[in-house]
This record gives sequence, structure tokens and C-alpha cells, in this order.
Amino acid sequence: MTGEADMPVWAALLTSAFILAGASLALIGSIGLWRLKSFYARVHAPTLGSTLGVGCILIASIIYFSVLKTRPAVHEILIALFVTVTTPVTLLLLVRAALHRDRARGSSEVPGAITFVNGTIRLIDEKEVATGKSGQEEK
Amino acid sequence: MSEAILIWSLLVAQLFLAIAMLLAAFRMFHGPREQDRVLGLDNLYLNATMLLLTLGIRDGSTHYFEAALVIAMLGFVATVALAKILMRGEVIE
Repeated sequence: MTGEADMPVWAALLTSAFILAGASLALIGSIGLWRLKSFYARVHAPTLGSTLGVGCILIASIIYFSVLKTRPAVHEILIALFVTVTTPVTLLLLVRAALHRDRARGSSEVPGAITFVNGTIRLIDEKEVATGKSGQEEK
Repeated sequence: MSEAILIWSLLVAQLFLAIAMLLAAFRMFHGPREQDRVLGLDNLYLNATMLLLTLGIRDGSTHYFEAALVIAMLGFVATVALAKILMRGEVIE
């Protein structure tokens, strides 16, 4: 630890609050990854940590280094930008692969598709998708 | 005063992140199917990034920041390649 003694208390409190919030969000996301039942439910939980959790810890880092070095330190924005851009891409690819594998295997875990029929949202059964009934209804 | 606040909050946060990494590792080793393992690995990379950032705050040095950036990039590439393998059976076609 270097230089915390001459750090103002308000900056230490702000940094601590953001760090604790970010770490708690990451822990909650990982508990969701551990506890939830199906893959399609589990894929939602870690995004809590990858958006707000990383954001909080990066804000804490920015505040800490800006106060300690008495000049703005904003290179943490690089990580924030990178994580924000890449997380949706990776999870989209992963869920598409999982959906492809589950459909090829005929698994019962596959969630149904959603369409808009006459302005209302309707849930299509997975068997209808497989036999192509929903395509006829859209025409 | 401010040193004590920072030391204790950093300790608690690192404990939380370590538990989160353990849960992600559990999902990686015990995941019922392959996509669960890839999801656990992705979350493990993310928690490692955050743990390195808190380590950097604890040491007051900016060297950990670069390691965190590299780990985030490796996590992205690894997850995309593994998702491609799950989808098509190979990475480069």
C-alpha cells in the first residue's frame, strides 16, 4: 500500500463503496451461474457482473488513481469499452451454438420461439418450429 | 483512517471475487454440458480481470491494469473460439 495516508477520507469512502458494489455484483452473478437450473437461465446471471460489476470496479479505480496522482487517470475506460463490446458478442455466439446443438439433439430444454401475430406476442412450441407450421401462419 | 477503510473493503471485495471464481470453476468442471463449461470459463476470465484490478488498487501501481486488459482480451478470444468449436466442430474451416 502506498500513499493512502495522505488520501482524503471522502475519496477512500467512495472508492470502497464502488469496489464493494462491484465485487458483490460479481458474486451474485456467479451464485446465479451456480444455482440456476437450465443453461438458458444460467447464461443471464454472469452478465450482472460483466456489465455493472466491471463498471463499478473501474469507476473505483479511476477515482483512486485520479485522487492519488492528482491528475486524471482514465485508461480504465479501455477495459470498460472492451468488456461492454465483447460480452454480447461472445454470449450471442455461445447461445446460438447451444441452441443449434440442442435442436440437433432433440433436447426438451430448448425454449420456444416468439413471433408477432397481428400485433400480439405469441410463443411457438418447439415442435411447430421443427415441422414448419409457424412459417405458414406468418403468410 | 482512509487507509483502514481501503484495506478492509479491498479485503472483503477480494474475498467476494475469490468465491465468485470458485463458483465459476465449479460450473466449469461440473457443467452438465459443454456450453456450461464454456460459460463458466468466460465468467472465470471476467472475475480474474476484476480481481487483478482490485490488486492494482491495493498495490497502488498501474502494472496490474495491463495484465487485466490482456486477460480480458484472452477471455474474449477463448470464448469465441470455443463457441465456434461447439457450433461447427472446428475453428478454421
